[in-house]
Amino acid sequence: MNVSIPHAISVWRRNATMYRRTWKLNILPNFFEPVLYLLSIGIGVGAYITQMEGTSYIAFLAPGLVCVAAMNGASFEVTYNIFVRLNYEKAYDAMLTTPVEPDDILCGEVLWAVTRSCIYGGCFFIVLAAVGLAPMPRGLLVVLLIPVAGLLFSSIGIAFSIRIPNIDLFSFYFTLFLTPLFLFSDVFFPLKERLSGGWLWAAEALPLLHPVRMARGIFRGEFSVVMLWDLAYMLGLSALLLTWARQGVIRRLTN
Amino acid sequence: MIVAASSVSKRFGNRLAVDRLTLEVPAGVCYGLLGPNGAGKTTTLRMIYGVTRPTQGKVTVFGMDIAREPRAVKARLGVTLQQNVFVEALSPRENLQVFGRYYLLGDTEIATRAKELIDFFELGGHADLPVQALSGGLQRRLAIALSLINRPELLILDEPSTGLDPAVRLALWSRIRDLQAAGTTVLITTHYMDEAQRLCDRVAIVSSGRVVEEGKPADLIVKHLARETVELDCTAEEERSLLDPAAPIPKRLRAGRRLILYVEDAAPVIETIRSRDTHDGRALVVRPTNLEDVFLAVTGTRLEGDQ
Repeated sequence: MNVSIPHAISVWRRNATMYRRTWKLNILPNFFEPVLYLLSIGIGVGAYITQMEGTSYIAFLAPGLVCVAAMNGASFEVTYNIFVRLNYEKAYDAMLTTPVEPDDILCGEVLWAVTRSCIYGGCFFIVLAAVGLAPMPRGLLVVLLIPVAGLLFSSIGIAFSIRIPNIDLFSFYFTLFLTPLFLFSDVFFPLKERLSGGWLWAAEALPLLHPVRMARGIFRGEFSVVMLWDLAYMLGLSALLLTWARQGVIRRLTN
Repeated sequence: MIVAASSVSKRFGNRLAVDRLTLEVPAGVCYGLLGPNGAGKTTTLRMIYGVTRPTQGKVTVFGMDIAREPRAVKARLGVTLQQNVFVEALSPRENLQVFGRYYLLGDTEIATRAKELIDFFELGGHADLPVQALSGGLQRRLAIALSLINRPELLILDEPSTGLDPAVRLALWSRIRDLQAAGTTVLITTHYMDEAQRLCDRVAIVSSGRVVEEGKPADLIVKHLARETVELDCTAEEERSLLDPAAPIPKRLRAGRRLILYVEDAAPVIETIRSRDTHDGRALVVRPTNLEDVFLAVTGTRLEGDQ
């Protein structure tokens, strides 16, 4: 590893400068999206569900959606945006003519994607807090979880984006990977009541399951050792994927 | 030497893109790498700024091994890539700011330098508009301005004027000469021989990954051809009757009907042709021999006289 943090930050600032241009337009949907989910699924569907795991359905749903927001915030950044910068805009080729090195680019981009996940997840959390769905003060721990979830989905996305030859493959990433994750990772219903035995173990492989389970545990005030496993999974898989992504970055940008 | 490459090669799979290339760029010159597309010019540049690693050989820049000290070397050079790279939604001034940060320059320092570069490249009226609203010529100037934000000692330009109209090219060349006059060493690749002849103090002609000829443009012209060129259309048969067998012209080139003669003094040759020509009003072109002729002579199109 050859990361220079100041150079990585200069890469981060490139994206931040661009984002500052459009943040007012970008940030509003971030507030609307959770409200729509909470209204439709939480209140609409929730009206037919008296209780889920001992709470109202909307209270069950809320913490998972924070993680989904973090996942989406990071994912958009590390898929289409990175692909365009890499293949069309040639932004990285230009950076490499300066003292910025490939590791700085990877680090800066991951930092930026994590920042985006914090913006998305943070907006969602503010909405939850405003309508009283985030238990205070322990709910604030979820704010610390957002960047970890962001890191995980940044790592997955970058490892994918750096290797695919064609921008159309992202539709597979979104419809065959992120959407199923969104639907089957404990967000809408408790997996452990629907799956049994081996299947429940296999479900541990789902990346989104871990932040969702952790966020829900925090909201409910139920802390357990499983959280350590969730945290270890997120950090471990991120480290693994970033190592793999790093090879891809070096191979794509230098020869 | 600002840049020294000794017998560097680069292999991509089965293809040898650069083949034992040797290059020395002295300080303060404008140095041209000439060659057709695919000759290995861009690969050579990439090896100089360290993004492509030679399969064999070593490149030193400012006396430092680029493979060992890439950051230190790159802090002192500037590169304008063939493709313009901007943040299109941002203005030229903001793009300069973004680029300056890659060199870890402070914001006030960048602002000062950005203003200088905006003035130097006459971008003033457009400095705060989104880049995507700028014309091709302005964008190219901005691209070069970006690579000057760190006040480089070596400026590398990859095909700087491709796709620009003639007036814009002239303006660009004058900026490049100004930079050189201020002490910047310039390394340029081009497949436009007129560009090389106007800008470059020295050139290296690259073909199939090797430097096949190197020197000052004027010296190369004298060495390979002759000062003046006469061009005319004629068949091979007519050629024999038009030229004086008593005064053979050893350096000549034929491309279809076009006959090109390289001579030290064109006047007597024209006189001979005119006096022997039965065809009235045959067009004769007389011009100074240029790098393009040298390029043709050196890179393969065989000179007829050189049997």
